[in-house]
Amino acid sequence: MSVTIEEVEAAAQKHPVAPYLRMDRMPHIWCPTCGIGTVMKCYAQALEEADVDMDKAAIVSGIGCTGRVAGYMNLDAFHSTHGRAIPFATGVKLGRPELLVTVFSGDGDLSGIGGNHFIHAARRNMDLLVILVNNFIYGMTGGQNAPTTPLTAKSSTMPFGNFEEPFNLPHLAASCGAVYVARWTCLHTRRLTKSFQEAIDRRGFRFIEVIAPCSTLYARLNRLGSGFDLMRFYHDSAEIKHGADPKEVGIDFQDKIICGKFIDEDRPAMHERMDAHYKKVLGDKYVPMPPEGGWLHE
Amino acid sequence: MKADPAGVLTGAHYLDGDFACGEGAMAAGCRFTAGYPITPSTEVVERISRRFPMMGGTFIQMEDELASMAAVVGASWTGTKCLTVTSGPGFSLMMENIGLGAMMETPLVVVNVQRGGPSTGLPTMTGQADMMQARWGSHGDYRLIALSPQSPQESFDLMIDAFNLSEEYRVPVLFMMDECVGHMTEKVVIPPADEIEIVPRKLTDKPPGEFLPYKANGNGVPEFARAGDGYRFHTTGLTHDERGYPVMSAECQEELIPRLINKITDNVDKISRFDEENTDGADVVLVTYGITARVARMGIDMARKKGVKVGVIRLIVVWPFPEQHIRDLASKIKAFVVPEINLGQMVLEVERCAGGKAETILVPHAGGGVHNPQDICDAILRAAK
Amino acid sequence: MSRTDIRITGFGGQGVVLSGYIIGRACAINASQHATMIQSFGPEARGSACSATLAISDSEVLYPYISRPDVFVVMSTEGYDKYRDELKDDGILVYEQNLVHPTLKEGQPSFGVPSTRIAESLGRTIVQNIVMLGFFAASAQIVSREDMRDAVKSSVPPGTEELNLKAFDAGCAHFDETYGEKKEEVGAAAANQG
Ligand code: SF4
Repeated sequence: MSVTIEEVEAAAQKHPVAPYLRMDRMPHIWCPTCGIGTVMKCYAQALEEADVDMDKAAIVSGIGCTGRVAGYMNLDAFHSTHGRAIPFATGVKLGRPELLVTVFSGDGDLSGIGGNHFIHAARRNMDLLVILVNNFIYGMTGGQNAPTTPLTAKSSTMPFGNFEEPFNLPHLAASCGAVYVARWTCLHTRRLTKSFQEAIDRRGFRFIEVIAPCSTLYARLNRLGSGFDLMRFYHDSAEIKHGADPKEVGIDFQDKIICGKFIDEDRPAMHERMDAHYKKVLGDKYVPMPPEGGWLHE
Repeated sequence: MKADPAGVLTGAHYLDGDFACGEGAMAAGCRFTAGYPITPSTEVVERISRRFPMMGGTFIQMEDELASMAAVVGASWTGTKCLTVTSGPGFSLMMENIGLGAMMETPLVVVNVQRGGPSTGLPTMTGQADMMQARWGSHGDYRLIALSPQSPQESFDLMIDAFNLSEEYRVPVLFMMDECVGHMTEKVVIPPADEIEIVPRKLTDKPPGEFLPYKANGNGVPEFARAGDGYRFHTTGLTHDERGYPVMSAECQEELIPRLINKITDNVDKISRFDEENTDGADVVLVTYGITARVARMGIDMARKKGVKVGVIRLIVVWPFPEQHIRDLASKIKAFVVPEINLGQMVLEVERCAGGKAETILVPHAGGGVHNPQDICDAILRAAK
Repeated sequence: MSRTDIRITGFGGQGVVLSGYIIGRACAINASQHATMIQSFGPEARGSACSATLAISDSEVLYPYISRPDVFVVMSTEGYDKYRDELKDDGILVYEQNLVHPTLKEGQPSFGVPSTRIAESLGRTIVQNIVMLGFFAASAQIVSREDMRDAVKSSVPPGTEELNLKAFDAGCAHFDETYGEKKEEVGAAAANQG
């Protein structure tokens, strides 16, 4: 028995997170059993559960497989340049501070080419929710080594196995000053959604790393089975340890993955500090940026 | 509309070119600036960071020029007028996101206070050797607008034009100063706010359902919707259709790229600006810009005293280049003389447009100083022979 | 077209650039002349031979740099040694007499002032350069004392006007006391620069 295209489309429109996605852009470009789609769905769900005003939320991505997320979210969406999602988002945030600005990108984009922006945005506690999908490899360009590739794992530019020490990203974020740091795998959908939701309600530089399989490249180059096998493996290798010392949560090749919420502090975000500081030192001379709508000189 | 008085420091001041440039930006309505320190441009952002808190502006010192440029593209999408400021090495780093600004059609202004290059070159000394980088620096095909001031007064005046042009055509506008103008202090008169004409961001009046972010109107420029107003638009550095959605096809490229270029080239007559003097009946025409235009006037006076008929074209808008005008002149004169503080950049445009009808003579200077007027005079005398 | 070129030099912290700025402002804003000031930058601006130059003219200054100044204002030995040979053969030398011991040349009118000591007597060495400016205004006579005084007032940090004007007047007074009778001759020398 066959299903018409109209029926498929009608079913898709009824999906609970459909209003949060650009359904006119489906199907997405991701490979079957790639983990990115799941993370995007959890994010959409979190927007709904946190009752976010979609007109006041912007999403910024860089380049790469995860970098395509901005293109599928039904928000003001910016698909920027490779590595520059965080500074681009910094501009959007400071131009219109009342917006919820999310950066959604991959490990290569945010911690490789964009690493400098990452540490500085964390340092200044820029008011951004940063979601980093870590699949341990460069996907879009064909499986090259990433700053996150575990020791001994194979990539197309480390065909004999990686011998460089990878980043422990929660540790990096925490030591640079991130106020919220968590890690989940993409199969922890319930906990991940809750973590997104919680981070949406916080202020400052909030960092959530999501471990997800790259079925086409990482799984294949390392003979780890299908994307779904790997997704299940990550989930089952997870050890939930809230409050764990971020220093201790580095990831070894096909080994345990410590998940949970590691940091949750409340500190004023960069623009709040700026505002309070100028009020204090300049008094009545200070003219704050207009809270609604930025500068237009209408 | 008229300028917001909060940003206009009306009166007669004694300012260097960098400060005057910063004042011009604030008078033009700039309220977001991101930058990274680099000699000889830093005084522009020092000026702005001191005055912004009193007019609702936000300055952020980013971690590098890649970030500064990305931040101003982002902030412009909130409807805020944006500026970043740099010099050679930083200008090179900015090229990536200048291309993004061109592709996303983002109004903003980039100041390059040129110094001697390449690489670290002469940080504290002047140069005009980034003129072709301003034209071709980012990869791919695109057209931008670039201006070049010859004095602190013009650094103020032309900054307002730079912002207005960026809004009018939705492009990054490059402000090609040089160290000499930037670090030279002269009298700068800032008019009252109600005498400064400002082009505001042109927001669409279509409702969200009917709005297409990249559907061009008559002059090739799309209407703008800013983040946070409910349009939920998508914009990307990838080749895109009128919805702003990526389309990976030669057909879409063929739709988009010619439009990005034509919105500038079709409006060259409106964008172009140059001072023209004594070109009627001239044997030799000097084509010049920036600080060199001032020094060249001494060389011209010397040559005129020797009886040579010399005309001048001083480029104020350097890109787009006034091709047709140079072509027309070429058939009426003997030669063009082009002095510039580089080893031959804008001269290539002059030569191309002269098309062999008039000789084109370069008067090069490697940078670190301005021309000796005698060298310019000598070139004019040679050209007149 | 008549153009007067000035170089001011001293060590970092003496307010060389502010001095140049004040002279330029007095000429360009108060005296309706054209005045282009260039300050030394980078490594050159640090250390002991910091410098600023001015080109003052009744028409637009086309060439911003100077090569042979008409007036050389010196506040440090290093600055003197570095730039002494530039001064025009009939140029005017104005110097801090306790810090600089120039080799005087015939044809170059020269005027020394103990500006640091005078500033000390006013309670603040920091206004040494303003004492020097008063003395410069009186000796070089490029721009009127009133215009210079006004430029001092509008260029110094708010709240310090009184002290700075006192310093300026002290510089003028020192010239009148020391060189008063030579005034005519000096005026002629300055006029020759035109
Ligand atoms: S290449 Fe890898 S990361 Fe990219 S879509 Fe395919 S599975 Fe996902």
